[in-house]
Amino acid sequence: MTDQTLRTTAPAQVPVAPVRSLRARDRDDRTNRPGMVVLLLCSVAVLLPLYATVTMAFKTTRQSVDGNAFSLPSPLSVDGFVEAWRLTNFPRGFTISVLVTLVTVVGTVVLSSLAAYAISRNWDHRFFRWSFFYLLAAMFLPFPVLALSQVKLTGMVGLANPGGVALLHVMFQLSFSVMLFTAFLRSVPEELEESARLDGASTWQVFRRIVFPLLAPMSATVAIFAFLASWNDFMMPSLIIADATQQTLPVLQSVFQTQFSSNYNVAFASYLMAMAPAIVVYLFTQRWVMAGVTQGAIK
Amino acid sequence: MATTTTTQAVRRDDAAPAPRRGRRPGVGRTSYLFLVPSLVLFTLAITVPAIMGITLSFTDSVGFGEFDFTGLTNYVALFSDPAILSSYGFTIGFALVTVLVVNVVAFLLAVGLTSKIRGKVPLRAVFVLPMVISGIVIAYVFNFLFSNSLPRWAGAVGFTPLEQSMLADPDLAWITIVIVTAWQAIPSALLIYVAGILSIPGEVYEAASLDGASAGRRLRSITLPLVAGYVLINIVIGFKNFLNAYDIIVGLTNGGPGTATRSVAMTIFSGFTGGDYAYQMANATIFFLIAVVLALLQIRLTRGKAAL
Repeated sequence: MTDQTLRTTAPAQVPVAPVRSLRARDRDDRTNRPGMVVLLLCSVAVLLPLYATVTMAFKTTRQSVDGNAFSLPSPLSVDGFVEAWRLTNFPRGFTISVLVTLVTVVGTVVLSSLAAYAISRNWDHRFFRWSFFYLLAAMFLPFPVLALSQVKLTGMVGLANPGGVALLHVMFQLSFSVMLFTAFLRSVPEELEESARLDGASTWQVFRRIVFPLLAPMSATVAIFAFLASWNDFMMPSLIIADATQQTLPVLQSVFQTQFSSNYNVAFASYLMAMAPAIVVYLFTQRWVMAGVTQGAIK
Repeated sequence: MATTTTTQAVRRDDAAPAPRRGRRPGVGRTSYLFLVPSLVLFTLAITVPAIMGITLSFTDSVGFGEFDFTGLTNYVALFSDPAILSSYGFTIGFALVTVLVVNVVAFLLAVGLTSKIRGKVPLRAVFVLPMVISGIVIAYVFNFLFSNSLPRWAGAVGFTPLEQSMLADPDLAWITIVIVTAWQAIPSALLIYVAGILSIPGEVYEAASLDGASAGRRLRSITLPLVAGYVLINIVIGFKNFLNAYDIIVGLTNGGPGTATRSVAMTIFSGFTGGDYAYQMANATIFFLIAVVLALLQIRLTRGKAAL
């Protein structure tokens, strides 16, 4: 019974709480009309560049060179997409980006949840406590600081490719993710695990059957941050991946800055295809994105 | 009681983790198996490069072949190199201005979003959207707007200062970088402020209203002081991130015109070419020390917050 309640209610509260409380203030008094007008104007400012991306992408090359980014496409044309698909070899770039991101997300969630579980349940043991601070130390190390050595080392061990980028992405996500998981695990009572152990479950079974399902909301947050960091990264793949034909989508966009620089419709169609997956994922996972930002900053 | 037993079992495993047959068999060993892969990979991917970088910063290495230790030569040279100093000057100045812009805008938006308005959930969804978009890609989009669309409109209304592309003007190019960076960084600052404002009990505002405090007065005397901790967190996190500026600058100006908008990250990466390898390692080490100071500051501040 307690088992059930914990599993269903406790995790759900974490991401939902901010949304509910935001609405809670709605109830009383009059609405703040001037504030609302200002906010609407600001939201237009946020959306303008995205709107321009969409309109530009559907223009013909002839219309796109006039510089008026906000005019509606006439005639509506998908030539830009066709050309961008071919020029950047979109299917290949997309596949590589998806694979790098997938490995990063799965690797981050698995490694950091396992590590955080071991750390939080052995906290009074020095080795585990120090490991926690050791892993956390990467927050001190932004990629530019390590770039020169990492590029050299990945080259030496045959990892100057998308695989090496995925590995480094996981490592740079580790600190933040272990921190979130550990903080969450401290609030999960150990009694559940104790009873499973008395029934003869091994540590791995306890983790797999009881702890990992309980971690689900935190895993969602960790996974989304890993996804965004990996999918959108430019700096690391551009420096690590040696073979230009193995580049990820964000890096491939640079082709429009040098060659084909006046085919703006093609460039914008390509930009749109590169950013669309992240926007789609965001639309479905908003609450975890929002919950993650606050937890990351305040825990 | 059971917990203590495990801990002792684990502690004895410290030197050589071996399977233990106690009340909970194998606990110690599995815990190590859970943690050690991460530690090993982390050491190889982060610690080894860090140590290698710091070591090479005391040499004359050009990135390959033999090298000699040269002591602090690289560091001494750094502090009299105008290219390095100007990149630090630009990066720190840019980070300060951007932190200011981001926090003022994010705070005001958060106040708006937590006030009595309708449609706050969809509005917030829109405000958070820039966070999920690739920096380099949105910089390319803004690049077009600044270099093609803006001059065209400025020409149409006869506003001469903007008829030339801002990106090509050494005095104005940095403003475009602030705008795009702020566009992307406001969402996370905004969410932290929303959380901060929502943590203030509603009764405080009710009491202030009953005492006749105006909306402006409540903002100044209640909201601002009570979210001061969040302001500090946002400033430190933001400053730390903006110091690493790279993607957006590459997409907008690529460091130009000339070297007017070259960030520290860009100068470090120049170590890949031009035989400056060890020299830029020294630059990276200095940069690392700055990051450490900021990270320690962040930990102190967030700890303080958790205690509240």
